[in-house]
Amino acid sequence: MNKGHKMILREHFGIKAKSDQYVIALAGNPNVGKSTVFNALTGLRQHTGNWPGKTVDNAQGSFSFKDTDFLMIDLPGTYSILTNTVEEEIARDFICFAVPDVTVVVLDATSLERNLNIALQVMEITSKVIVCVNLLDEAKKNKITLNLPGLEKELGVPVVGTSARQGIGLDKLKEMLYLAVKEQVIFRPRQLHYSPEVEEAIAQILPKIEQLGLSDYLHPRWLALRLLDNDEMLLRKVSAYLTANSDDDIYREVSMAL
Amino acid sequence: MSITTEKDFLQELNKEAETIRLSYVTKLGDRIIADIYKNAEQISKNVILNDTNKKNWTLKLDNYLTSKIFGYPFMLLVLGIILWITISGANLPSDMLATALFSLQEILSRGFLDLGAPAWLHGILVFGVFHSVAWVVSVMLPPMAIFFPLFTLLEDLGYLPRVAFNLDNLFKKAKTCGKQSLTMCMGFGCNAAGVVACRIIDSPRERLIAVLTNNFVPCNGRFPILIAIGTIFGVGALTGQLQALAVAGIITGVILIGVFVTFAVSWILSRSILKGEASSMVLELPPYRRPKIASVVYRSIIDRTIFVLKRAVSVAAPAGAIIWIVANTYIGEISILNHLAGWLNPFAQAIGMDGYILLAFILGLPANEIVFPILIMSYISSGTMIELESLAELRLLFIDHGWTWLTAVNVMLFTLLHWPCGTTLLTTHKETGSKKWTLAAFIIPTTVAFTVCFILTQTVRLLGLG
Amino acid sequence: MTVDFNAIPLSQLSIGSSCRIGEIGLNGLLRRRIQDLGITPGTTVECLRRGPSGDPTAYVVRGTTIALRKEDAYQINVFPI
Ligand SMILES: Nc1nc2c(ncn2[C@@H]2O[C@H](COP(=O)(O)OP(=O)(O)OP(=O)(O)O)[C@@H](O)[C@H]2O)c(=O)[nH]1
Ligand SMILES: [Mg+2]
Repeated sequence: MNKGHKMILREHFGIKAKSDQYVIALAGNPNVGKSTVFNALTGLRQHTGNWPGKTVDNAQGSFSFKDTDFLMIDLPGTYSILTNTVEEEIARDFICFAVPDVTVVVLDATSLERNLNIALQVMEITSKVIVCVNLLDEAKKNKITLNLPGLEKELGVPVVGTSARQGIGLDKLKEMLYLAVKEQVIFRPRQLHYSPEVEEAIAQILPKIEQLGLSDYLHPRWLALRLLDNDEMLLRKVSAYLTANSDDDIYREVSMAL
Repeated sequence: MSITTEKDFLQELNKEAETIRLSYVTKLGDRIIADIYKNAEQISKNVILNDTNKKNWTLKLDNYLTSKIFGYPFMLLVLGIILWITISGANLPSDMLATALFSLQEILSRGFLDLGAPAWLHGILVFGVFHSVAWVVSVMLPPMAIFFPLFTLLEDLGYLPRVAFNLDNLFKKAKTCGKQSLTMCMGFGCNAAGVVACRIIDSPRERLIAVLTNNFVPCNGRFPILIAIGTIFGVGALTGQLQALAVAGIITGVILIGVFVTFAVSWILSRSILKGEASSMVLELPPYRRPKIASVVYRSIIDRTIFVLKRAVSVAAPAGAIIWIVANTYIGEISILNHLAGWLNPFAQAIGMDGYILLAFILGLPANEIVFPILIMSYISSGTMIELESLAELRLLFIDHGWTWLTAVNVMLFTLLHWPCGTTLLTTHKETGSKKWTLAAFIIPTTVAFTVCFILTQTVRLLGLG
Repeated sequence: MTVDFNAIPLSQLSIGSSCRIGEIGLNGLLRRRIQDLGITPGTTVECLRRGPSGDPTAYVVRGTTIALRKEDAYQINVFPI
């Protein structure tokens, strides 16, 4: 996918990235510290506080690291990106159609299981995911110990541990973002294991989807799952890809449908 | 493939998916989510080395903060204490700022006279612009710079979701959602922010009700009006801490009236133009987290100071200039301001106020911060010139203009209940995307404010109490 | 579907006791939301406390605390353990 295309789509989301800026999305459950990470990195003042649902719209801010410029997007917190509520659609559409160069999924170290749900969902849409396990200080207070290298192996994407409010681990996160956009990191996101009935259904429909020739834009397996889940909103957007003739048009059409 | 066939193809694909979907007993969507969680469980099991995960602190605290006995009283107590600290803490800095700013005003005045500047320029810049800005800074800034850090501490601790948890049942009776209380909390800062926060409510009907009623929470711009009037009229004889405590009690009462009106209006809306059943509420109660007190206090004082100063410069300053001009431009014997006030007077008297007060509220539409400076300016320009360095002098000014305790109560109620400011209305339009609902957001509070003040005034007069 | 006579609605689970989630009878967005939060069949859920006026009720799900209204919890079948 070339730069020009990305720009058209991103414009739709109000993202004004300069051509040499890498776009980084911040996703994750509500109240895990996304805005705290965002504020720490960009120096801006997004609303933070200990309750779910403070960020309701995309916010953007820039920072640079080792002469590389980044534009970071603070997305609303969501429990999932499969359901069609307003915030989830903002987050999902952004990850799916604005094609961030890297998506950082922020997780709450004190409730990893619930938080992994969204990380796994995002990893099905895009492989360029960095997992940021935040609130490590809270985890420590609650005597929870995590094996982060182990998590990295399980997930197949980079994992960085942080305590964002204390500013701990953020340098590592920046470093990892830098390495990621310079293509010095290999992303091998874990392929989810579904139960046999789901796998069977995927197998039935996957060949048809591959015929659509959208593999460059959307992971066919993910699209198959969305079809099986009867996600009509998403399909409307996908069909916009199809009604366009040239690549340029594709993006215009999708922007319209969004 | 041509366009049409591609679309057909997608439709065909969807049909095929439908067939597959139907051939399974369980919903495939359910299966998919459950499977993702299975993966999450497995990963967690491998990487969580040690998890006592008792979150003891949270459990113990919630035993009190959400308990049957302490849950509600504690909410009131927290509100009261915050207001008390705010009011008693703001007194001194308010006085100091007022003294400093108004002596600066004298210096400015003298400077203008020495330079031989025309009277109108002196009037616009000193009595109009500077006076309004000084008022906003000295009266608005100190309480807000104390209130919001305290509020932010509560927010960072994690108390807000407990408020929603405690109040949900009441909201359910009004057929709305407990998360409305979160949007109300945001309304304390700014009603426009409160309206945007309504997005956390999933049901469109309940969200709309939350938008339409957010205004019944007094925002940053109205709080200081309530505090000022409460202090001037509420507690006459008391002084010092006792006075602050009494004022805190009054303001708590005013906020409770606002909450009650919110419930009442939501209840009525749910049974009239926004008829519907309460949908669901799913609310996560995050564990309490110890706030970083020093940095929170520091940051939010800075933030609030910047916020109030910005408002002072961007809203109060131009409004001050305009009002001075209106107050000093004469048509015949009477200034435009007096014409307008005179015209409004009959309506205003019916709700226990006077034409100047109502005019100040109307001209304050762009921002509530300027209601009081406008009022003071119109009183001053129509009477003797006095220096307003303290609330005691303000009290004299008001009493000179015929204020009684009933006027004070009406002004407080009207402040709490009247139409939202311009910014909030614009935001409402943006959020609802509808002119109709924006109009409703204006009309509903306005009707409530007039009705409440009218009934109160007429009752009191009838009983011969006022 | 096998009928299990031990199943009760989640709303009837007493405070302090735990259960395994059975069938979720909710529809639409709420059904989805509940599952997104990890309330899926087989999950262990503990009833933590009720609100000061008896509703909603807070449940512990996968290490997080989620409050649900009586009416909604009523439509989730669970097996007490
Ligand atoms: N102790 C601790 N608290 C943190 C940390 N990171 C964030 N917090 C606090 O956690 C709360 C939530 O942080 P936010 O940044 O507002 O969370 P968010 O993910 O943006 O939340 P939403 O916008 O509601 O989705 C705030 O009160 C932060 O101060 C951390 O590393 N340690
Ligand atoms: Mg946020």
